[in-house]
Amino acid sequence: MKLEIKNMTCGYGHKKVINNVSVCLQSGEILCLLGPNGSGKTTFFKSILGLLKVHEGAIVFQGESIKGWSHSKIAKAIGYIPQAHNPPFPFSVLDVVLMGRTAHLGNFSTPGDQDVQIAVQAIEDLNIAYLQDRIYTEISGGERQLVLIARALTQQPQILVMDEPTTGLDFGNQLLVLSHIKKLARRGLAIIMSSHYPEHAFHYATKALLFKEGQVFAQGLPNEVVTENSIKALYGTNVKIISIPTQNNKEVKVCIPREQFD
Amino acid sequence: MTIKTHMTQQVKIQAVKTKKSYWKKLFLISLPVFIFLFSFFIGRYPIYPLQLIQIIGARIFHYTHPWPEIMNTIVFNIRIPRIIAAMMVGSSLAVAGASYQGMFKNPLVSPDILGVSAGAGFGAAIGIFLSFNMIKIQFCALCFGLIAVSCSCLISSKIRHDPMLALVLSGLIIGTLFTSAISLIKYVADPYDKLPAITFWLMGSLGSISKTDLYAIIPMILGIIPIYLIRWRINVLALGDEEANSLGLNTKKLKLVIIFCSTLVTAAAVSISGMIGWVGLMVPHLARMIVGPNYKILIPASSLIGGCYLLFVDDLARVIAPIEIPLGILTSSIGAPFFLYLLLRNRGGWR
Repeated sequence: MKLEIKNMTCGYGHKKVINNVSVCLQSGEILCLLGPNGSGKTTFFKSILGLLKVHEGAIVFQGESIKGWSHSKIAKAIGYIPQAHNPPFPFSVLDVVLMGRTAHLGNFSTPGDQDVQIAVQAIEDLNIAYLQDRIYTEISGGERQLVLIARALTQQPQILVMDEPTTGLDFGNQLLVLSHIKKLARRGLAIIMSSHYPEHAFHYATKALLFKEGQVFAQGLPNEVVTENSIKALYGTNVKIISIPTQNNKEVKVCIPREQFD
Repeated sequence: MTIKTHMTQQVKIQAVKTKKSYWKKLFLISLPVFIFLFSFFIGRYPIYPLQLIQIIGARIFHYTHPWPEIMNTIVFNIRIPRIIAAMMVGSSLAVAGASYQGMFKNPLVSPDILGVSAGAGFGAAIGIFLSFNMIKIQFCALCFGLIAVSCSCLISSKIRHDPMLALVLSGLIIGTLFTSAISLIKYVADPYDKLPAITFWLMGSLGSISKTDLYAIIPMILGIIPIYLIRWRINVLALGDEEANSLGLNTKKLKLVIIFCSTLVTAAAVSISGMIGWVGLMVPHLARMIVGPNYKILIPASSLIGGCYLLFVDDLARVIAPIEIPLGILTSSIGAPFFLYLLLRNRGGWR
């Protein structure tokens, strides 16, 4: 599987928000988007999902431009995990996960036994079988995020797009969600996620894409492009990036506000 | 060991659940049958169960009967059409209300949110004003109901705003315009003859339903069938446009189907029954309390409960007072307190 975004320019109506972005993604990779609020991360996602018109350039999936694809065709290739929120009705968790089958079902059909099996499998993959019969609006934010990931798996896409998957979650749930994301990438999914934490790029991503004012500021290996200088340029804050050696001769990087050292 | 106990527990829970849903299904299916039969015996002219069987038997097997011909007329020309009309109107309003609530992502929406009732009311008022016969009045009501919603949709497409909000606001505008047009017609209508007729029509009644009015159930059925077919997708629509699109749903197409079908059934219902409020708002909540929010079951449940509810209210309208009470008055005076009860209980099947 290969997704190529070639010189993409896009935005709302005639207004351009993102200019000339090129990036390439393959199975098993995790691309982490970093950038301040309003830098165009969400716009970038909406364009990939076919929700916004691409002004210039192209999004190429497996060598074929997705321009003109129907929503259901895009949904079979790319799954979207929004930030957890409340739907207006108290659907059960299984009902919510089953909605991931929409693209695979005909207009007049309802999910059958096989769809339920796929949904239950996805729920089990995320270790949340205990939630299956609970009410989606009554479970915690972290659990909801896992349910939405299960729904995206039920969609059986090859790429997952996640808009700030850890926002609003407590520390434990953040790590839980991120470790699931890593597992999914190992299973062969390509993942695009946005984050507000440079450390997410260090710890989980195979590639980082830095946005500033709708332009690509830098892209490449997280260790190479997420630096003290680039974070200063993106967010206007001074940080210190420290490497900590691990037991298997690797190193983990952490990002600490510089004022802590003064 | 622990896994085994866990498993048996799961199986038990599953068994309890299926048993529960079995009773619910039985209840939902037997209720309409019961209330359908029961409604034959209610009314000014008493008919007893055994008589009903004899009357229907005599009609089928053509044997001579000792009872007066008027009883045949009551059963076949008055009660049957009225019962069928009440059930179909109730079903239509409830299905339209339920699908609109999903589409607008709001449990407080009723089928006339896009102005269909006001439009249909205006059509009927014009028909009565111009002394049309009954069929023409109904046709007029149906057409203006459809015209009103088309206007709402057209206006909303010109508003550059959140499309759903634009639609609701356009519905409000069109509804207001048609309501004031109704007032204008009432103002200029003959106060001894036309004005009471218009007023009475607007209050809603099934009192004058006859066999010839039953053609109006054709558009109702034509509208309910597509909604029934696409019902599962309304769940996805309730998540909002962007999320539904990303799940592979063509929301624009689905919304058009829902608006068209809901408008068709509501306009057809209003055209034979007059304005009957609160059914489309209340019944889906009642149904959600019983079967939950999944539209796969909610649509059939709403349709069954809606039919039963309106038939029950119509039975009340026939018997609680020496004169017949207009339906619209009853549905509102039952609906409003019931809704308050729902709000106080805070468990109406929405968050």
